[in-house]
Amino acid sequence: MRNRFVAQRVGFALLTLAALVVVIPILTIVATIFIRGAAAINWEFLTAMPRDGMRAGGIFPAIVGTIVLTLGTAIVAIPLGVGGAIYLSEYARDTWLTRSIRLAIINLAGIPSVVYGLFGLGLFVLLMGFGTSIVAGSLTLAIMTLPVIISTAEEALRAVPTEFRTVSASLGGTRWQGIRYIVLPQALPGIITGVILGLLRAAGETAPILFTVAAFYLPRLPRSPLDQTMALPYHLYVVSTQVPGMPAKIQFGTALVLLALVLSLNIGATMIRSYFRRRRQW
Amino acid sequence: MDKIRTEHLYFYYGRKQALWDINIAIPERRITALIGPSGCGKSTFLRCLNRMNDTIPRTRAEGRVYLDGQDIYSPDTNVVELRRRVGMVFQRPNPFPASVFDNVAFGPRVLGLYSRAELADVVEESLRSAGLWDEVKDNLRQDALSLSLGQQQRLCIARVVAVKPEVILMDEPCSALDPIATLKIEDLMRALSKEYTIVIVTHNMQQAARASDFTAFMLSDAERTGQLIEFGPTADVFTRPRDKRTEDYITGRFG
Repeated sequence: MRNRFVAQRVGFALLTLAALVVVIPILTIVATIFIRGAAAINWEFLTAMPRDGMRAGGIFPAIVGTIVLTLGTAIVAIPLGVGGAIYLSEYARDTWLTRSIRLAIINLAGIPSVVYGLFGLGLFVLLMGFGTSIVAGSLTLAIMTLPVIISTAEEALRAVPTEFRTVSASLGGTRWQGIRYIVLPQALPGIITGVILGLLRAAGETAPILFTVAAFYLPRLPRSPLDQTMALPYHLYVVSTQVPGMPAKIQFGTALVLLALVLSLNIGATMIRSYFRRRRQW
Repeated sequence: MDKIRTEHLYFYYGRKQALWDINIAIPERRITALIGPSGCGKSTFLRCLNRMNDTIPRTRAEGRVYLDGQDIYSPDTNVVELRRRVGMVFQRPNPFPASVFDNVAFGPRVLGLYSRAELADVVEESLRSAGLWDEVKDNLRQDALSLSLGQQQRLCIARVVAVKPEVILMDEPCSALDPIATLKIEDLMRALSKEYTIVIVTHNMQQAARASDFTAFMLSDAERTGQLIEFGPTADVFTRPRDKRTEDYITGRFG
């Protein structure tokens, strides 16, 4: 009789331990980056061009580059991804074709990002002739992001009870009206989560942009979508491994800016999500 | 005057036959109750009347269903418009997770009514005819799910009334409700039957006897699922059933 209470205690202790094992390293990493990176952060670092072989000055073009690339990714990936998810969840019949599409999407999510980078190099940079450019980089990142967006959005759509679609139809709504006014608003928080998860991954990836857009050292802002640009993840790689005599505070500063960008995107997404949860009407 | 008439209506879920040769004429602006034991095809039949079964894959209807003399299974039927004309109230109250106002306004909105003032009029009128107006008028913005189940069901009725249908199908609308809420719905049906043709599926024999003008008794036997055994004025069916099986059922000998 006593045993099950002991078992419960042991169980809770193990679970708490598991949580700590996960959380503590993350907190340590984040704290280290914050403490050591904060010294580098000043107005110049955030708004100036790099100087002296990137050993001094700022990382402004890399910040702008990452923001532009993430926006470009969003423009391509959100409509395609959400559209695809709506098709798969609401319109597609359950045939071997749709089943294999779904399987392919799940598998695509597991492909290493460097493969996407090479794919982008082959398709967008060379074959389609965009060259090493923001367009090619955004498209590559979008392709990489699509599986995440499609599968999470589809799941969110499927989680909306069928009954709502039935009721909408029973009131003389077309299928699309049911989706537009009932299903989509219900699924929106979940869709936003998927979109943000995908975009966060895109914002932090190095390999896909390596061959398709990222400039090693380009101390100016991009002038057109067909221009190259610096980007934070690649810049971090460069300052950490490719340039001798690099001050550590620039490395940590760059990491901190990337981290802060990703984190603020995350917080923004959470706020949008809870806003829509609270609103719950059309 | 018959609002709905069926001729040799058969229905199949895949290979499984579910309705057998249903011939019935449902009178306009009356309440018709469908009774019978579970699995006798009442709900299936009800859902044939607005082609709600179409949404279930691999189902098939044979025969004719006429609404005002028009065959609703003919290829040129606009199913979306049909469902506006033949509204439906479901077993479990199922308001959208939105405000009371938006629930009732949904139908008018999808039909293209956007003017704020007109919407407000339709919403009030519909809530009044569903007997819910006095309970919710002070706070139309409240979440529909915060209402009691009985109120939610009346909200669903208001939502149907708002699209001005001609027929209202009710699929055991009171099965989730307590007796008081049930009586309210029955009073409401009585009031609505002045304007609408109502077809209600019910498991509750007293409800059929109390609240309907006509009663149809359905039954399955070993070979044929979903037969219409008897149909007539409620008083006749309950006091002078023509068929032995009807009598057995309403006197509680099986089912």
